[in-house]
Amino acid sequence: MTDASLQAPTLLLKPDAARASRLRSFRLKDNVFRHLTRASAVAVLGILSGVILALVIGSWLALSTFGIDFLTTESWNPVTEKFGALAPIYGTVVTSLIAMLIAVPVGLGIAIFLTELCPPVLRRPIGVAIELLAGIPSIIYGIWGLFVFAPFLQATLQPALISTFGSVPILSTVFAGPPYGIGILTAGLILAIMVLPFVTSVSRDVFETVPAVLKEAAYGVGCTRWEVIRRIVIPYTRVGLVGGVMLGLGRALGETMAVTFVIGNAHRISGSILAPGTTISASIANEFTEAVGELYTSSLIALGLILFIITFIVLAIARLMLLRLERQQGA
Amino acid sequence: MKLNRIFGAVAATMLMAAPALALDISGAGATFPYPVYAKWAEAYKKETGVGLNYQSIGSGGGIKQIQAKTVTFGATDAPLKGDQLEKAGLVQFPMVMGGIVPVVNVEGVGPGDLTLDGPTLAKIFMGEIKSWDDPAIKKLNPEAKLPSSAIAIVHRSDGSGTTFNFTNYLSKVSPDWKEKVGSATAVQWPTGLGGKGNEGVANYVAQTKGAIGYVEYAYAKQNKLAHAKMINKDGKAVEPVIKSFQAAAANADWSAEPGFGIILTDEPGADSWPITAATFILIHKQPKDPAAATEALKFFAWAYKGGAEMAEALDYIPMPEKVVSEVQSVWAKEIKGADGQALYSATN
Repeated sequence: MTDASLQAPTLLLKPDAARASRLRSFRLKDNVFRHLTRASAVAVLGILSGVILALVIGSWLALSTFGIDFLTTESWNPVTEKFGALAPIYGTVVTSLIAMLIAVPVGLGIAIFLTELCPPVLRRPIGVAIELLAGIPSIIYGIWGLFVFAPFLQATLQPALISTFGSVPILSTVFAGPPYGIGILTAGLILAIMVLPFVTSVSRDVFETVPAVLKEAAYGVGCTRWEVIRRIVIPYTRVGLVGGVMLGLGRALGETMAVTFVIGNAHRISGSILAPGTTISASIANEFTEAVGELYTSSLIALGLILFIITFIVLAIARLMLLRLERQQGA
Repeated sequence: MKLNRIFGAVAATMLMAAPALALDISGAGATFPYPVYAKWAEAYKKETGVGLNYQSIGSGGGIKQIQAKTVTFGATDAPLKGDQLEKAGLVQFPMVMGGIVPVVNVEGVGPGDLTLDGPTLAKIFMGEIKSWDDPAIKKLNPEAKLPSSAIAIVHRSDGSGTTFNFTNYLSKVSPDWKEKVGSATAVQWPTGLGGKGNEGVANYVAQTKGAIGYVEYAYAKQNKLAHAKMINKDGKAVEPVIKSFQAAAANADWSAEPGFGIILTDEPGADSWPITAATFILIHKQPKDPAAATEALKFFAWAYKGGAEMAEALDYIPMPEKVVSEVQSVWAKEIKGADGQALYSATN
């Protein structure tokens, strides 16, 4: 009686035949649906391998000309056609690192405040403000960074850093130099602001998935707020947290326009984070249009390939971290 | 069935639309002349109904596209060499000019207060002259009060024709620069900050105390930056004004290179501005689509003749008449249709 195929209105045929025909049509639909979803999944793989293939073919000339030196030389000279990716790699890694060092603690702080401590009246306005921050196009961050933020830093934070750490042995090199306003630190700070909403909204969402029972039980046995957050909420949600941080890091690594505006675009590695530098994506955006000569273009594509590999390594490290966490918990 | 009919209809519209579209001229290349090409295109469309679709994708892209024959003409800031033109079967001619101006942000120094010469400019950009009160600068400016502040170099971060012409000039006046840095649309800068585009450089210079950079004349003028006077090949200090850019073009020997491919830096003449730059058009000798090429040549002829005022309003410099007539005789001689007939004659 609950046979779905018999509830259909077309029962002019004999019951058995009708049932068989309905079943056939169900099977057909099932098959079509399965193939459609599978095709979508395969398409992702196809696009990904297409991108890798295109990058490898495009960068082949540069990679075969320079070999491993491409990764270890700082020189980027379009006149003599000697290209090395070390300065952009360094800039990409350092700016992203600065961004994450700032955005992760602040983002987690906001998320914890919003889910655990915030009076309900404030919760919505702050949440909406963070989502709006995520919606601002990166070119706006770039222009704001160049016209407002960089002059501000040039007048305030940078001279302060230089004079404070001027006599401290290692830090005096890290914060050396004339305060240009723009540079690696400024790019890192802008990236931190851009990454913040990703870290915040993902962590807030996962914090909200913690069952109330768990938290209430913890409070019930006398835990403090800090203990509940530290021992219950964060361990329960760490997979999601790592995901959110990685999403942010991915954005920081690949961000182009905002960084191009404020990093100073110099193919040099300097010990100081106040000095101008460059990143992989900024170099590509700057130079691709007027790159004359195959080796130049190919070297820029090779930079793209390296960025792809860096992103891949970051994701792999994230997965490894998660695996280790799970194993630790199992033991 | 239904689909077939739709495809048929689409194909039919495309076929019908094709001749109408062919009237539009397509070009791609240099970003530097884009504003004036766009202005000319607008006026030309109003006058003749023929539109121009110009993609300012950069000189490198323009050269690639004309070689691939996907556009009617290409545009480049750095001229191609004779053998490159020969190999690709291209004709090259200058369309319009601009000036490149050193701009500074030094306390107490207004527009034109500072005078520099080529070797000093090269030393500054090499990072060898580090402060504004350096003896080399003082010697050129005995009157000026120069502070001891450090010099901050600002250059272009993106590849550009501006950089090509600027570094070409420095290479001509400084053997040291030629050997260590050289000249190209992008170079390995010994020192300094990179700003994106003319506006990026202008902005960095305006913001940074002690900065020096180089921008197109229009940007120096519009951003009210303090420009420097330059001492030219004849040893005269000149102001960057349209007259001095034109003097450089008039004193140049345009037949020295095939395809008018000379670079207008360090030209002789008492009034010549030493860092003047022309931007070039590339077109096939035997175009794939002769009708479109004819339209393009008509447009260029119109722009030479009637576009001078529009160009000057945007701070570009029109080509001198002498050069224009030489260019047009090259068109008549070298650009031919499939039947061997010239596509352009001075009478049409």
